[in-house]
Amino acid sequence: AAALAAARSAFSTNEPKTPRADVLAYNNFYEFGGRKSDPADNAHTLTTEPWTVRIDGLVAKPADYRLEDLIKPLALEERVYRMRCVEGWSMVIPWIGAPLSEILKRVEPLGSAKYVAFETLVRPEEMPGQKGLLQLLPWPYVEGLRLDEALHPLTILATGLYGETLPNQNGAPLRLVVPWKYGFKGIKSIVRISLTETQPKTSWNIQNPREYGFYSNVNPNVDHPRWSQATERRIGEGGLFAKRRPTLMYNGYADQVASLYSGMDLERYF
Amino acid sequence: MRAALRIPKLVVYVAGLVPAAWTFYLGLQDRLGPEPIKALEQELGLWSLRFLLLCLLISPLRRAGVDLLRYRRALGLLAFYYAALHLSAYVALDHGFDWTAIGRDILKRPYVTIGMAAFVILVPLAATSNNAAIRRLGAAAWARLHRLVYVAAILAAAHFLLIVKSWPAEPLLYAAATIALLAARALPAARRARTASAS
Repeated sequence: AAALAAARSAFSTNEPKTPRADVLAYNNFYEFGGRKSDPADNAHTLTTEPWTVRIDGLVAKPADYRLEDLIKPLALEERVYRMRCVEGWSMVIPWIGAPLSEILKRVEPLGSAKYVAFETLVRPEEMPGQKGLLQLLPWPYVEGLRLDEALHPLTILATGLYGETLPNQNGAPLRLVVPWKYGFKGIKSIVRISLTETQPKTSWNIQNPREYGFYSNVNPNVDHPRWSQATERRIGEGGLFAKRRPTLMYNGYADQVASLYSGMDLERYF
Repeated sequence: MRAALRIPKLVVYVAGLVPAAWTFYLGLQDRLGPEPIKALEQELGLWSLRFLLLCLLISPLRRAGVDLLRYRRALGLLAFYYAALHLSAYVALDHGFDWTAIGRDILKRPYVTIGMAAFVILVPLAATSNNAAIRRLGAAAWARLHRLVYVAAILAAAHFLLIVKSWPAEPLLYAAATIALLAARALPAARRARTASAS
């Protein structure tokens, strides 16, 4: 990974950061295997240059953008965000990236656009989890946001972490970070962004609609059908005798994002 | 297999407890990865399931001509010890004795309910895994009681399957092994029943 300069952002938390080694070693990225250590072991095979992102759908300027062209005009910022995994663990990660809204504005969404759909690379020859007998998800991995969520200033496209370009296992060269949602919403190695009128399909919702909803906002009051979401374990915090910590509504970003969901039944739109 | 037959039972117990001691030691050294409590908890549970399956392997092996019957009690008790350690890790390390959360888990989360049920079944089996209990109960009643190990194994395999996301290979393989070991009993029994009714 190459060094990447970024200005510090006011949206950053001051909480202690999760050690870089843990952020790089403990990942869910099923394209590279089902174990947490698989991405770190296998993702080095991924070629991230050249990289093209297709932006299409309900935009005035659809095109295949070379990653450098997409990134160049952006002022990169460091955003230290909490990351809460749906499995019940969390990290504090210093991402480097820029608001997704900056990129969306450049492609000029049409008035009819209501959602943003994302798609991960499919390249079985470089992604061992995409071939073989037992594949854990249908590919490509797809995710989506409502347009207002996508335009929210906390939502970023990340190109780096801990002062360097993104390691492959963390979703190089371009990934989504939406800090008030469960980690799996942060789709990795993005090759396509489409603006749509209807709610896009999302991978975990396809896999198990009873357990994973479209919104997947962090919410300690709405449990996963199989486990509680009331508490979490912070990675790298105190070894065998570490205590769980309470999970915060919208992962602690309620002040900024609660208004997006006012009046919604969060049990139903989980 | 003659060499295996000469291994003293005490060695089986001591060797059987090495993974627990080693994993706990690694945990204290902070060498169990980013989620040490989960790693320890899962390792203890997995060893319990492994010893349960080894227990279930003894009978089919005997039919195949390998007699390891004298180690079955040790393997069964090891399965129970590991289940108890797994449960202790869950109660003490994972939940810090938060009995409210633990109680809710047992009542509301099927995978916890099922795991707890498997443990509860193992308690009377462990308590009667001694010669005095066999004498007191009588061989037939004792054998009937110990058939509950089949239920415990099914519950333990289900407990593993129910905690994972998607369908990873490992819990599926353990479930398949459990089914295969139970089928290895059901099939000869069914054949015996058929021949008996035919004659």
